[in-house]
Amino acid sequence: MSLTDRQLERYSRQIILKEIGPRGQKALLSARVLIIGAGGLGSPAAMYLAAAGVGTLGLTDGDAVDLTNLQRQILHATPDLGRPKTESALETLAALNPDVKVITNSVKASAENILELISGYDFIIDGTDNFSAKFLINDACVIGKKPFTHAGILRFSGQLMTYVPGAGPCYRCLFVAPPPPDTVPTCRQAGVIGALAGVIGCLEAMEAIKYLTGTGSLLTGSLLTYDALKTEFRKIAVPIRHNCAVCGKEPTIKTPTDYESAQCDVKF
Amino acid sequence: MTKKTDPRTAEPDAELDICDVVCPMTFVKAKVALDDLEVGQILAIRLNDGEPTENVPRSLKEDGHRVLKLTDNRDGTYRLLVKKAPDYF
Repeated sequence: MSLTDRQLERYSRQIILKEIGPRGQKALLSARVLIIGAGGLGSPAAMYLAAAGVGTLGLTDGDAVDLTNLQRQILHATPDLGRPKTESALETLAALNPDVKVITNSVKASAENILELISGYDFIIDGTDNFSAKFLINDACVIGKKPFTHAGILRFSGQLMTYVPGAGPCYRCLFVAPPPPDTVPTCRQAGVIGALAGVIGCLEAMEAIKYLTGTGSLLTGSLLTYDALKTEFRKIAVPIRHNCAVCGKEPTIKTPTDYESAQCDVKF
Repeated sequence: MTKKTDPRTAEPDAELDICDVVCPMTFVKAKVALDDLEVGQILAIRLNDGEPTENVPRSLKEDGHRVLKLTDNRDGTYRLLVKKAPDYF
C-alpha cells in the first residue's frame, strides 16, 4: 500500500511523529476496529479513529438517537433525533473522512451475536453503558482472543483498562462478576457530564492507536481512573487473577453470557 | 550498525524532489521516501533554499538518520544526501 498525496497531507501531522511515521499510518489504514456502542464513549472514540485514518470502523448499536443523548454523544446532531444511531454515526464519519470504511450493525450486542460481531476485527472498544454489556464484551474478547479497551463513566468519574490476550489481566480479574441489578446506578439514573465521555472516549481511541501502530505502552495490567471534579488521574496496578473464571488457568466460562442489567427505577 | 559512508563519494539509491511542497509536506515526503529504502541506503533530496534547507535536515537528524551532505545547486535549490538509519523507534 502506498499513501496518496492527499493522504500524506491529511495525516501529515501524525506521519511526522517518529512513533507513527509512514509505517504507522499504513498500519492504521489497514486496521479494523470495532466500537460497541455509538454513544458517549463511542462517539469521540469513533471520530478520532476515523480522523486518524483507521481503515475500517465497525459500529454496533441498536438504539435510536434520543434528545437526552445529545448532551454528550457528539456523533449525532439535533436533526438526527429518532434515527438509528448507526445511521447517524455513519454519515458523520463518512463526512469526516472518506478514507474510512464504516460497517454498521443496528443490533444490541448479546451473548448470541457477540462472537460473530467481534470476529474479523483487530481491536475492540467498549463504548457501552452497563455492566451486563461490559462483562459480555470482556468474556467474548477473552474467548475470541481479541484485544480491547474497557471504559466506564458515571457522574464526574471515569475509568479505563486495556486487555491484550496473554499480556495481562482481563476486566473479570478486576471485577469478578457484575453487581446485582439495582445496586449500581446507570448514567441515566445518576447523570454524567458530557466532557467526561470525551476525555475517556479519547483515551480509548488512544489505546487503539497505540496498539495498532505498536507504539508506547498500553493500559494492560492497570486501571486508569479519572476524577474530573478533583482533576485527578490515578493508575492502579491490576494483577492477573489466576483463578479468573474466564481468563484463568481453568476457565469455567467458555461462552459469553447475558446478565440482567440494572433497571432504571432506582430512586436517589 | 552500518558501515561508514564517505560523503564525497556517496551515490544515492533514490532521488526525491520536494521543491513543489511546503512545510510540513517537505519533511513528510522525505520520511515516506526514506521509509521505502533499506537501512544504510542513501536518498538524494532536491529542496528549496530557506526554510526547507534549515528544517528538513534537522528533522531528519532528529529521526536518527545521517545527513551526509548539503550542496548548493546555485539555482535557489539545494541537494541533500541522507543515509537511512536503522529502525529509529
